[in-house]
Amino acid sequence: MENFTPVTSLVGGILIGLASFGLLAFNGRIAGISGITGALLAPKAGDVGWRLAFFFGLVLGGIVMGALQPQWFEYGLDRSVATVAIAGLVVGFGTRLGSGCTSGHGVCGISRLSVRSIVATVTFMATGAITVFLFRTWGAS
Amino acid sequence: MGCIVKEIIVSLVSGFTFAVGLAVSGMTQPTKVVGFLDFLGDWDPSLAFVMGGAIAVYLPLFRWVRNRERAFLGAKFLIPTRKDLSPRLIAGSALFGIGWGLAGFCPGPAIVAASSRMSMGLIFFVAMVTGMLLFRAFEFASQPAPAPVKSS
Repeated sequence: MENFTPVTSLVGGILIGLASFGLLAFNGRIAGISGITGALLAPKAGDVGWRLAFFFGLVLGGIVMGALQPQWFEYGLDRSVATVAIAGLVVGFGTRLGSGCTSGHGVCGISRLSVRSIVATVTFMATGAITVFLFRTWGAS
Repeated sequence: MGCIVKEIIVSLVSGFTFAVGLAVSGMTQPTKVVGFLDFLGDWDPSLAFVMGGAIAVYLPLFRWVRNRERAFLGAKFLIPTRKDLSPRLIAGSALFGIGWGLAGFCPGPAIVAASSRMSMGLIFFVAMVTGMLLFRAFEFASQPAPAPVKSS
């Protein structure tokens, strides 16, 4: 547990909470990243601008933080390109099928005490933990 | 300044702040994500503080702002109302968790990492968008065909 970072993780979490609240309070929208991104792939008139702006904000944040703190953007895991690509496919498909990811279900949904979001979060945490356990046990990459 | 423009500025600032939060929190470092999910190994509980911090802010503010008729810029609140625990919800979340554990990325951090030009982040992001497009095709294929239009 040498990498335990409760303070920065908490500060980051508070920023995520404030960002999500801003989107809700001013625009009336839930900050669910898979939903915001997924709907951009099937754009509906009058519903594109705010999604594109949020997505662009994420991109801008990545560019700025990547330049300022490159050590926060190291992959670090021993995974093949094929594994990462398969994981991406599964995450893209799964988050759309399950109507949300860590942001929409894990933060916004749990805060609304939505039973669907609580069940979704428990489910993806559980399958994530099982996957990590099996991957480590088998020593694959 | 029109409300649409203001809404777009709010979205941009929200997305930017969200990305900074993800970077500061450690969510853009897949080693930390996998360390968090490794309950049975050398568990790193840091990322529990991310979700905890975000919920500690969002939960009370949500309850407060929800009493309003409309959002500050005049839009209606668009908040999910479904309560059913559908097979899709469970299966989709289960799949998401598998991918999350495999590569250590969920959608937000993947977008942010790709933007920082981390190569694995870019690969994951392109694959993720492909997966979302596959879902669209799947949904399109699984919908019943529209009723034929009667010609008179």
